[in-house]
Amino acid sequence: MHASPPPSATAVRFAGVARHFGRVRAVDGVDLSIAPGEFFAMLGPSGSGKTTCLRLIAGFEQPDAGHIEIFGETVEGLPPYRRAVNTVFQDYALFPHLSVGDNVAYGLKVRGVGRAEREKLAREALAMVKLAGMETRRPAQLSGGQRQRVALARALVVRPKVLLLDEPLGALDLKLREEMQAELKSLQRALGLTFVFVTHDQSEALSMADRVAVFNEGRIAQVGAPEEVYERPATAFVAHFVGSANVLSREQAAALGGRAVASSLRPERIAIGDFGAPIGEGIAPVEARVIDISYQGAVRRVSALSDFGMSVTVSVPADAGGRLSPGDVVRLLIPRAALQPMEGEG
Amino acid sequence: MTRASLPLKIAALGGLAFLHIPLLFILLYCFTTEERSYAFPPPGFTLKWFAVVWSRADIWAAIGLSLKVALVATLLALVFGTLAAGALARARFFGREPISLLFVLPIALPGIVTGIALRQAFGLMEIPFSFWTIVIGHATFCIVVVYNNAVARLRRLSPSLIEASMDLGADAFTTFRLVVLPNVGTALLAGGMLAFALSFDEVIVTTFTAGQQSTLPIWMLSELIRPRQRPVTNVVAVLVIIVTFLPILAAYYLTREGEAVAGSGK
Repeated sequence: MHASPPPSATAVRFAGVARHFGRVRAVDGVDLSIAPGEFFAMLGPSGSGKTTCLRLIAGFEQPDAGHIEIFGETVEGLPPYRRAVNTVFQDYALFPHLSVGDNVAYGLKVRGVGRAEREKLAREALAMVKLAGMETRRPAQLSGGQRQRVALARALVVRPKVLLLDEPLGALDLKLREEMQAELKSLQRALGLTFVFVTHDQSEALSMADRVAVFNEGRIAQVGAPEEVYERPATAFVAHFVGSANVLSREQAAALGGRAVASSLRPERIAIGDFGAPIGEGIAPVEARVIDISYQGAVRRVSALSDFGMSVTVSVPADAGGRLSPGDVVRLLIPRAALQPMEGEG
Repeated sequence: MTRASLPLKIAALGGLAFLHIPLLFILLYCFTTEERSYAFPPPGFTLKWFAVVWSRADIWAAIGLSLKVALVATLLALVFGTLAAGALARARFFGREPISLLFVLPIALPGIVTGIALRQAFGLMEIPFSFWTIVIGHATFCIVVVYNNAVARLRRLSPSLIEASMDLGADAFTTFRLVVLPNVGTALLAGGMLAFALSFDEVIVTTFTAGQQSTLPIWMLSELIRPRQRPVTNVVAVLVIIVTFLPILAAYYLTREGEAVAGSGK
């Protein structure tokens, strides 16, 4: 289901794409293929090249090297207004001098759609994003969440083949963000459209996307389904950026009975067991001293130092961790299967 | 809200009076019967100076020339000021700051320096004084006014608006027409009106670039030296006040509204 699609059926394809700004290699050799109908997330810290990649698809940037295709059509050199993609901007970029209705109808107007027809389509698009009847308002009279929906309607009304979203939820508060996440997801499913969205929020990427590309320093560190990226991070960077992780050296991995390769270990996979209790199959028991405990609501994060000098973070249910205090010596139970080997890092 | 103290109120009224009472005298002596000096109180009142102004061809020629110069200088300023603002508002290139400074310099420079510089330049290039030499002189400061207004508004315009327009299918020209112009239009209008008003009553640069021609302010200056029909200048002065004040007032209101439009994007 999440396997790479054959090249003929790609919505967006990057081959060796690079974009440099002066001496800064914003995008430094990216290969990518996004399937039609896919909800694709570009995740990374600021300056990692994810937004530049989005702008390369939109046509606001042109690649210095490499090749970009949108549904099989080569788009290098094509200006934004000749591409069948539309963007929802981070600041929404609603035209302040136009009403909400005229904002949504703008793309139809410049395409020469007649007034009656474009007003009807704009009304329908606004109804789709639950803003029916708001046509005559000005953008300044709307809340942040409403502006976001107008921006969405304005981009979707011209029927793009790919919808690009630049940090679409960044400016919304937490409650609204969760609401919009669900709504974007169901909208994408209902329309069967390819969505490409850029975010620095890993939980947003994991919860919404079919596949996630993790960007670091202008390159893609890993692409895969959310479970894949989370459970089997390819590099230490991915392990740290997507969720939190313990990164173990090859000696430490070997000491736990795993392969002698640098490995990642998610804190929630480690349990704290009783001394003397029988140890299950495939579990490595480690004696460790508790350094610090922090309460985080549902869980407690315990940082501990093992007898062979490995420092790890353990995530345990809040009630289970309540008995612990710094200085306690505990037995950590580490399933060997939870050790995820990583490429060339240690 | 705190209330102003009595001395402060008196000082404020005094300041306003100092600024505006001379203007009232201009108005008063439009109607005096004494033509050689401004005696107070005026010995009698008459409307005949309005008739005199109406019938004097030299006044109408001067007003006509001033209006034409102001109009053409303003149009030139709108075109070049907007282009310059468009180039300098966002672009980053080597020498951008010095070029911005060079654009604004003519308005900081005393008019007399601009005037002498232009006169010598015209002389060296053997360009005879004409309508166009006056226009060029005025354009030096009119462009600055339009440029300043346009550049301030363009900098407030979110760059993603232009990208959004192109993203939605509009080419550069359509984007300029449908997005940029409506958002900077009031700033251009305000700049243009201010430029018009500045040009209409300009004396110093004009003195150096007009040759034998009389714009309205030059005509007034020469008229003051003559002892006869003094109230005629007063009538003309009132006309000038009206002609320059209306566009400035309009520019003030237009830019105020414009801020509400341009600032609402965020």
